[in-house]
Amino acid sequence: MNASDPPSSSTEGAVCTLPDITRECWSRVLALLTTRLRNLQLAEDMLQNAVLTALETWPKRGVPDNPQSWLYRVAMNRAIDQLRRVQKHPTQPFDVTSENLVPTFSDNLTEYESGIPDERLRMIFTCCHPAIAPEAQMGLTLRTICGLSTGDIARAFLVTESTMAQRLVRVKRKIIHAGIPYEVPDADHLPERLEAVLAVIYLIFNEGYASSSGDRTIRTDLCEEALYLVGELAACLPDEPEVLGLQALMLLHDSRREARVAEDGRPIMLFDQDRSLWNTAKIQQGMHCLHLASQFQVSGVYQLQAAISAVHARAPEASRTHWPAIVALYAELYRLTPNAVVGLNYAQAMSYTRGPAEALRFIRSLPDFDALQNYQPYYAALADLYERLESLDEAISACTRAIELSKNSQEKHYLSDKLAVLTSKVAKH
Amino acid sequence: MQYMLLIYSDSSLGPVPGTEEFGKMIADYQEFTEEVKESGALVSGDALQDTTTATTVRAPAGGSVTMTDGPFAETKETLGGYYLLDCKDLDEALAYAAKIPTAAYGSIEVRPVMVFD
Repeated sequence: MNASDPPSSSTEGAVCTLPDITRECWSRVLALLTTRLRNLQLAEDMLQNAVLTALETWPKRGVPDNPQSWLYRVAMNRAIDQLRRVQKHPTQPFDVTSENLVPTFSDNLTEYESGIPDERLRMIFTCCHPAIAPEAQMGLTLRTICGLSTGDIARAFLVTESTMAQRLVRVKRKIIHAGIPYEVPDADHLPERLEAVLAVIYLIFNEGYASSSGDRTIRTDLCEEALYLVGELAACLPDEPEVLGLQALMLLHDSRREARVAEDGRPIMLFDQDRSLWNTAKIQQGMHCLHLASQFQVSGVYQLQAAISAVHARAPEASRTHWPAIVALYAELYRLTPNAVVGLNYAQAMSYTRGPAEALRFIRSLPDFDALQNYQPYYAALADLYERLESLDEAISACTRAIELSKNSQEKHYLSDKLAVLTSKVAKH
Repeated sequence: MQYMLLIYSDSSLGPVPGTEEFGKMIADYQEFTEEVKESGALVSGDALQDTTTATTVRAPAGGSVTMTDGPFAETKETLGGYYLLDCKDLDEALAYAAKIPTAAYGSIEVRPVMVFD
């Protein structure tokens, strides 16, 4: 058996594989260690060491009955030793191979023998603290809650591993030096802080779902991580309708994954998708989350977006989409968040109930219309509306601008094809 | 932990001295100062006279001491005052920063004070 094969327990036929233990274990043990040590970097380093020891010793000795507890105790003991050592010899490096592998016990630790309390809620609020920059929020959340390696996170965000490593080190330093607390916010601050957490999770999902740069249309790993995060958050906060709303929204988006990309990697628009490829299990899960959320009778932006997605999901074909329902939902969404991007999407839906001309008028009347001038989807929308109005020259010019602004090569291919079609239509006139 | 709350604003955006709005801002500042005093957070705090009264000193080694009229750099938002607060954590400091009257049209930079062991 080589080092990368997962170890298995020799007791009672139960099989524990290290990858399974590490993901769920990792985040829960890390969160608890951080709460106790008040130092995320130290907690992470010691846990990393404990996992390496587990990789060496569990194949030989068998997986412990309570792997989480074992990892916690070993990591905590090493942290205590490290702290003592630093006090005695500030310059001595920490050497894991000389450590006594049999964990020692102290009274403080026995309370955690039976079960590791779930401290991850504190951790996720800390990772998504507004004092931390968005890229660092995403990176830190993926590392500490999802247990992704720094390398995997770097690849997901198209940066080098050392860039991501530095980013994470800096943010962990800021948490200590600026005094960012490891706390779940109190009732007064919970709503806005929860909004920040949801925004981070949705950003992670969107990075995976529709990369604005790079050559692949979907990076599925990030979508899975975001779904995992929102699911764990929903379990910790079952009375928050917007958490369920976001979960519904992401499940519904994700249900279309197989239909969204052609074999050659080109994106397929919603109207052209083969709906038989939509994942009905995910759609049902999404609808269920939406139903649970609706019982709280508190509207919110994620629930509304999910409801819009749900209307699409219910239509067996694009031509049977219930547009009036979508328009009504967008009206409410625009009322809650009256910005140009939402306005643009509202207008596109409106074009199916009131016609493309009315939609164009609405867009031009938006108070922050100027904000759309360099917004790629705006030109893609214009191209579509003008085409439907048979204003082919305007459609071509909008399509050209959409191609210029696009940073995704697959999207550019799609738009170039569209441009070719438009140009040939003009040629025929 | 001690935090410095640095109050920056574009002076052309704030209330004009002598107006009712200015009087209200002064009253709001007095209320804020009372609040942080009462909670025990206040270490110190002051308004600074405007940047036209500033002088910038540089004394590079091997060079001569230079003094220039004005702030260290010409910026649109300038430093108008500060509070030094003793807070439980960053969240507490940030909550206070949001209540500072100038935050309505300016920026409050919140930075922890260096602790030397």
